[in-house]
Amino acid sequence: MGGSNGNKPYHVIVIGAGSTGSATAHDLALRGLKVTVIERGEIASGTTGRNHCLLHSGGRYAVKDREGAIECIAENMILRRIMPDVLELNDGLFVATNESDLAFKPAFLEGCASCGIPTREIPVDQALKIEPYLNPKILAAVQVPDGVFEPYRFCLEFLATAKKNGAEVLPYHEVVELKMSGNAVTGVKVRDNRTLQVRDIGADLVVNAAGPWAEKIARMGGVDVPVKPTAGVMVTVQRRLNQMVVNRLNKPSDGDIVVPQRQTSIIGTTSWPVDDMDAIEIPQEHVDKMIAMGEQLIPLVRQTPIRGVMVVARPLVSKPGVDEREVSRTFECFDHKHDGVENFVTISGGKTTTARAMAEKVTDIVCARLGVKAECRTRETRLESYRLYYN
Amino acid sequence: MLNAMAHKLILRVYRYKPDREPYYDTFPVEVPDTANVLDAIERAWDDHDRTLMFRHACHHASCGSCGLRVNGCEKLPCVTPVADYADGATLTIEPMRNFPLITDIAVDASPLFERMQLVGMPIIREAEPLRADGKTIFPEGVRDFDRFENCIECGLCLSACPSMAADPLYLGPVALAAAERVLATSSDSAKRSRILELIDDEHGLWRCHSAWECTEVCPYQVNPAEAIMRLKRIVAAEKFKRLFHR
Repeated sequence: MGGSNGNKPYHVIVIGAGSTGSATAHDLALRGLKVTVIERGEIASGTTGRNHCLLHSGGRYAVKDREGAIECIAENMILRRIMPDVLELNDGLFVATNESDLAFKPAFLEGCASCGIPTREIPVDQALKIEPYLNPKILAAVQVPDGVFEPYRFCLEFLATAKKNGAEVLPYHEVVELKMSGNAVTGVKVRDNRTLQVRDIGADLVVNAAGPWAEKIARMGGVDVPVKPTAGVMVTVQRRLNQMVVNRLNKPSDGDIVVPQRQTSIIGTTSWPVDDMDAIEIPQEHVDKMIAMGEQLIPLVRQTPIRGVMVVARPLVSKPGVDEREVSRTFECFDHKHDGVENFVTISGGKTTTARAMAEKVTDIVCARLGVKAECRTRETRLESYRLYYN
Repeated sequence: MLNAMAHKLILRVYRYKPDREPYYDTFPVEVPDTANVLDAIERAWDDHDRTLMFRHACHHASCGSCGLRVNGCEKLPCVTPVADYADGATLTIEPMRNFPLITDIAVDASPLFERMQLVGMPIIREAEPLRADGKTIFPEGVRDFDRFENCIECGLCLSACPSMAADPLYLGPVALAAAERVLATSSDSAKRSRILELIDDEHGLWRCHSAWECTEVCPYQVNPAEAIMRLKRIVAAEKFKRLFHR
């Protein structure tokens, strides 16, 4: 194993047990490092849990964000190999509901082709046979390899495997302070929310994988990260209305997707910047908009009772002067050495589909910083069953 | 759609921190009348006490992590509307029964997942069939509403089961419902023998006294009680066969 400092393996603390933190814990443990994951509540109780559950084919980004699209299709194919038991693989459809959508089709097909995303045009009558609830007025349908995941179990599979490789996972523990020695981070002070005891945990390096809360953690180390928490509303209905993920064939916009997950369909989403990630009000007009837009794709959305409405902040890496829909969905890794703080790295942005790639990148940086020589093996390592997290 | 009105509730929440006596905290909260009970609990956490620990992830009844008891009844708070309770009502929020308690209303889900791992039946299917025009295109042998494949592993059935309370080693409703699906769908004789051995045991099938509480509380109509009745018939028939084919 390469992850050692003499006889003792290097110890890395990962803050956050959403998809990014969980995948990072797995990669670090697989490369032989000692890992402790700290999560203030339940696994996946933040952004990852309240998820659209879309295993991206990359189709949504193929025209405007090629880099993001290429990342998605690559990770989609990897996740099919390493975590098949938490995925539904019914594919996805991009449908044109009007002339403007139809005019987007050539660019979409070209974009997908150049990003390596397989597409298949389906005649409208055939698409309506496969999807009996689809708007009968659609003008075109294109099939892509979208899929659906269960976000809680997505994290548990990474964590179950990390635990098998020696990682320690501490849910119900909240970081209250970063421990510093001069300009170097030396660990964290945590409150065990079960016992209310506060204690220090030392580490050779701390990875901040707190999603939209990353800025809050970074400030504890006296640094800033350009993470822009951006809220989105999703509406779930009482029954499943589609076989495949149904997307509007156009550039991403509010309410342009209906994801079927087991016995429900999830309509999403909206997008607006927020300051307080812990108390986001659900604007009723956003719920109404989801129904109105979802209905254009699947008219039965209007008559189906709502099962639940969820809202959560997503961590978008901000670029000054750019609208939040235009911010690239790809991720960024910040080694705070460049801000004058040693042994502290933030990984943010991205999406659940790309969690493994994010983990690979941050683990590469961590290993380089610690002088650990170990190759990433997460592409081909089949994960343990999520049920084994509880062993 | 009409705009949401404010809905006031008093949450009387079970609190437990290891090495201390359990007690109840009272949190007044105000949420929109379109909200679910989980939103109200989250509001109490945000407004009153950040050390209140509860399990939650997906907020739309797919992860199964948030199960608890509201006024003594097993519920998934993420899909239990606050409007089910009168404006101004007091809701007693308590952890599920028959699980080790970690803290407050957060339980250790190990007993559930260990049992599910033992049976080994998946809940997530690669391709999920769609119900259309009142008809369902299901594979042969798979029932519509009461199929095990709708299970989200929430554990409410384990919490509600009186036999589970009497025997902590009991396999329990959800694992037995999963076992029934293995026997109904698999022709692998080694797998079938393993499942038959697992369920035909003093902590297995025969512990069920048909209280039907599991079916009552299941948020997805999996109907474990009926699956267990079918299992009893299958096991009895297998024993009968063996008796005459020795």
